[in-house]
Amino acid sequence: MSVMDEYNFAYIDEQTKRMIRRAILKGLAVPGYQVPFASREMPMPYGWGTGGVQVSAAALTPDDRLKVIDQGADDTTNAVSIRKFFERTAGVATTEETSEATIIQTRHRIPEVELTEDQILVYQVPIPEPLRFLEPRETETRKMHSLEEYGLMHVKLYEDISRHGNIATAFAYPVMVNDRYVMDPSPIPKFDNPKMEMAAVQLFGAGREQRIYAVPPWTKVVSLDFEDYPFDPSKADHPCDLCGAEDSYLDEVILDDAGNRMFVCSDTDYCRSRREAGHEGRLAAETMA
Amino acid sequence: MYVAVKGGERAIDNAHAWLAEERRGDLSVAELSIAQIREQLSLAVNRVMAEGSLFDPDLAALAIKQSRGDLIEAIFLIRAYRTTLPRFGMTRPVETGEMRCDRRISATFKDAPGGQVLGPTFDYTHRLLDFKLAAEGEPVPVPEAEGRAEPTPHITEFLADEDLIQTEPRDDTEPRDITRQPMSYPADRATRAQALTRGDEGFVLSLAYSTQRGYAKNHAFVGELRIGMVDVEMEIPELGFAIDIGEVQLTECETVNQFKGSKTEPPQFTRGYGLVFGQTERKAISMALVDRALRWEELGEDDKGAPAQDEEFVLSHCDNIQATGFLEHIKLPHYVDFQSELELVRKMRREAADAAAAREAAQ
Repeated sequence: MSVMDEYNFAYIDEQTKRMIRRAILKGLAVPGYQVPFASREMPMPYGWGTGGVQVSAAALTPDDRLKVIDQGADDTTNAVSIRKFFERTAGVATTEETSEATIIQTRHRIPEVELTEDQILVYQVPIPEPLRFLEPRETETRKMHSLEEYGLMHVKLYEDISRHGNIATAFAYPVMVNDRYVMDPSPIPKFDNPKMEMAAVQLFGAGREQRIYAVPPWTKVVSLDFEDYPFDPSKADHPCDLCGAEDSYLDEVILDDAGNRMFVCSDTDYCRSRREAGHEGRLAAETMA
Repeated sequence: MYVAVKGGERAIDNAHAWLAEERRGDLSVAELSIAQIREQLSLAVNRVMAEGSLFDPDLAALAIKQSRGDLIEAIFLIRAYRTTLPRFGMTRPVETGEMRCDRRISATFKDAPGGQVLGPTFDYTHRLLDFKLAAEGEPVPVPEAEGRAEPTPHITEFLADEDLIQTEPRDDTEPRDITRQPMSYPADRATRAQALTRGDEGFVLSLAYSTQRGYAKNHAFVGELRIGMVDVEMEIPELGFAIDIGEVQLTECETVNQFKGSKTEPPQFTRGYGLVFGQTERKAISMALVDRALRWEELGEDDKGAPAQDEEFVLSHCDNIQATGFLEHIKLPHYVDFQSELELVRKMRREAADAAAAREAAQ
């Protein structure tokens, strides 16, 4: 693909990158705190990863190898589109292999393979404020964070239990970072929450809401719960029908009019590498992947 | 048999090719030129310039062509282009008192210096489809008059001379640039004005309308509405003086609103202000009404809990590029999140069924 040279490396001008990097550094210094930043209008719509794209652009160097996933997969349309954007504007190498990538931009998943300290995971974030659905006003929620006033969140979780018998949050499950800030992990399934105490740097970009936040390597990240209702990172109770994995997050696919289903790894790279290593699931023989 | 979905890239390329074909339409029909759009769809061009925050009729026309006439999409193209442009600095405040007016009306005085000039308005047209336009149109002869040589004074100045309208404090500090600094609340009036002038016309219109219907009612008179060209001047540090760098068309609306007063302060009228690129008077009037409603605190009025009084609500939802992006993102795949909800609902239903069975067994 031809690299566009009408624009600066990775599209964004250097002054703007500096401003974004400052916000990233501040975010890393205060884990879980939402840093306001002057988000730019990107050539893709708000809500489609503009925050993640700006953070990735500020973090990218010409030597990086970029992986972009959406729903865990490299070939979902928006992941393809964002990868193409960086191929055109930065000319960086890209990869689908998790372990090969130096920067991974993701929407809604954390890869199954454990990340290393040489990697950066960039999350696309729609609504960075974990308290937003309890209190719509930014003026109020900022006050609540500064006063560490998180009672409302615990009441919400408690009400879930008394009404439904369970904490009725399955994704974007709130976490406490470094014993200080309640943070929205972005809409990842709660299955992924325990992975957030990891070796890699985690950066979160919310373009429309003009916020960046971060979790440095090996920072304490605790999913909110109660002693008698401990956090449960559940997933579909099946192995992957393609690669047989029992430890990966699964997508459910409807196969026919009779409603037959199969379950497949949402992390396409994980599934492919397992199949290449000879692992086979229930339907491996009759599928083409 | 299940075939894993691949080929997102080819699908995207093909979709783009199809889009380009649809944009062009039937090849036996002549293609639109940028100049045709600029000259004959000028109010669409004006809206795109206003909400795109970039005064460039040719680029706006190009954006309209590229977006197949979807104006929000065209605004988006302009915004994405605008953000790549360097910021040289600040111009001097434009002198709207020096405006070369094409239109200038006041609803508060029957006549005033400068007169009532209707200009090119739809106001008194009967909304009857003109089928002649469907045929080849011949230019209609237009009567012409000499333009006014001297500047047209602002109507509110006459009220200000008598102290009948609130004077606005002069402020020469450089306003914050909402495209270069994140929004924070409370916002000052200059920041609010920046957000409103690029805000979605429909959204600002509806909010303004809501104030007229009683949600934070503050009856507004259009003190003045003027449309015309103004010079843009900029101080050039190397020269040490200001020079004209161009001219822009603006629509300015000043409303005169019901007076306030107290035992100690004599009653005075108050103002709402709207200023928008191009001939965009629906938007400018709407902006003035919303501006006035947002001033409730500063003017010592009650918070009626009306949407138009709520600064954070208004400013964080008036931008149609933010709104449309976030709204339309729900088209993107969400099957990971949906799967997690499916599992949770299945689990909760299972638990409910087990509990019901246990109750039945106990009876």
